Amino acid sequence: MEKGRIEIQQLNLWFGTNHVLRDISLSIPARSVTAIMGPSGCGKSTLLRCINRMNDLISDTRITGRILIDGRDIFSPETDVIELRKRVGMVFQKPNPFPKSIFENIAFGIRIHRLAHGRELKERVERALRQANLWEEVKDRLHDNAFSLSGGQQQRLCLARCLAVEPEIILLDEPASALDPHSTARLEELIIQLKNEYTIVIVTHNMQQAARVSDYCAFVMLGELVEFNRTEKVFTNPNDRRTEDFLGGKFG
Amino acid sequence: MNSLPADRRRRKYFLSNVYFLFLAVPVIIFLVFVAYMVFYLFRNGINVISWEFITRPPERGMTAGGILPCIVGTLYVTLVSLIFSIPIGVFAAIYLAEYAPNNLLTRMIRSAVRSLAGIPSIVYGLFGVALFVRGVHLGLSVLASGLTLGLMNLPWIIATAEEALSSIPGSFREGALAVGATKWEAIRHNVLPFAFPGILTGILLALARTMGETAPILFTGVTYFTRELPRSPLQKFMALPYHLFALATQHDQLMKARPIAFGTAAVLLILVLMFDGVAFLLRMRIATANKWQV
Repeated sequence: MEKGRIEIQQLNLWFGTNHVLRDISLSIPARSVTAIMGPSGCGKSTLLRCINRMNDLISDTRITGRILIDGRDIFSPETDVIELRKRVGMVFQKPNPFPKSIFENIAFGIRIHRLAHGRELKERVERALRQANLWEEVKDRLHDNAFSLSGGQQQRLCLARCLAVEPEIILLDEPASALDPHSTARLEELIIQLKNEYTIVIVTHNMQQAARVSDYCAFVMLGELVEFNRTEKVFTNPNDRRTEDFLGGKFG
Repeated sequence: MNSLPADRRRRKYFLSNVYFLFLAVPVIIFLVFVAYMVFYLFRNGINVISWEFITRPPERGMTAGGILPCIVGTLYVTLVSLIFSIPIGVFAAIYLAEYAPNNLLTRMIRSAVRSLAGIPSIVYGLFGVALFVRGVHLGLSVLASGLTLGLMNLPWIIATAEEALSSIPGSFREGALAVGATKWEAIRHNVLPFAFPGILTGILLALARTMGETAPILFTGVTYFTRELPRSPLQKFMALPYHLFALATQHDQLMKARPIAFGTAAVLLILVLMFDGVAFLLRMRIATANKWQV
């Protein structure tokens, strides 16, 4: 099996008595961009946060079904959540750099996993920033506070922070929703560049964005997977009426 | 632009000024009282303060000499109280803010902490007698007083530290967890450093309060007069607030002791202001380093 493949099987999730995800089965191919789109509150972010088990942080959550990454169930007791989150990076809706220097933001993950120190640490930080197309903009002020960066730069910094620990999968939770059109375009370019090396799953409520960046596209509504297919297919010839209505702007 | 008629507009501005006055007057009254108190204390106390006053023990039935044993005693019990209450208080706050599940028990503990912070200090004094002086046989001593004060500090330190921790955005923790940090690593590197100024402020305010408290030490170790400085933590000691109380109300030659009482009050005030000043400066320095707050 190809590395980085995500297999979601009959996934159900409840927050308390609220049945948020209903029987979702989805097979996300490696080294491609898969978009999860849907109206707000449909559970798309929750679905994304299952893949690196960020929902563990919310009390009173119940999950049934399986998510296999490289054939191994991430909910099984043998799974080390720390190791999982190192392999499955995440960028959040609002840029959330740490209030430290740009360098320290990237170095944090490398240090806690003891991946490198000294010269090698510096090289890794540079590599991560280059991968996120941020190096040229920040190379002369690595020791400035990350909060001095613009919103778009901060979001690329968060992406670099996640790339620095060398994940196989990157989860993006509406990464452009707080960004202006120019920064959004730069981020989208970057996502397309990165898909040769990583499996990328992006949640978005912006269907144009899904059309621009993704190879595969899942449409989720009221916690159910309505449709999953190649992006061109979903956008040109959807199977389900509800997808058509959503894409046609009847609701959103 | 001039949609309102002139008289309505005048009325609007007039009212606005009235409200401003309503809000400004209490502040001014408060400042006048505080300024007068500080001025009065210093005017009466400043002549007494000299190098001898702060480096010599009292003489001639406390109508002359200095207050060195009181300064040392106060700093000593304050130190003991903080050694006791800082680690316990900060750890308890970390537990409450970061680890405790949000259930009835946690909420009860939290409100118990808030209530304990409001208990009169004399009650802590009596509890200190029962537990530390008699219960664990520490006798009347620096240690018994320090622990009693520490107990009194504890809810303050827990409450302010928990507040400081909860004010750190959840996104700092999430960001760390998402790159595979353990919960402790996230707290250690991305929460504690940023909550530190708030925690420190709580500690220094508790410290300032501790130095001025009389009731908790009254039955647990403070003494009217001792010529020697406390060498071991199991000895009795003199302290500034109690010395002040004794000189102002218990002395048989009140008028002769009065200047020394004022001097003692001024020294206590200076010490408290010094620590508040340190707290302020530290906060300023750390706050400029932590940019997310502005």
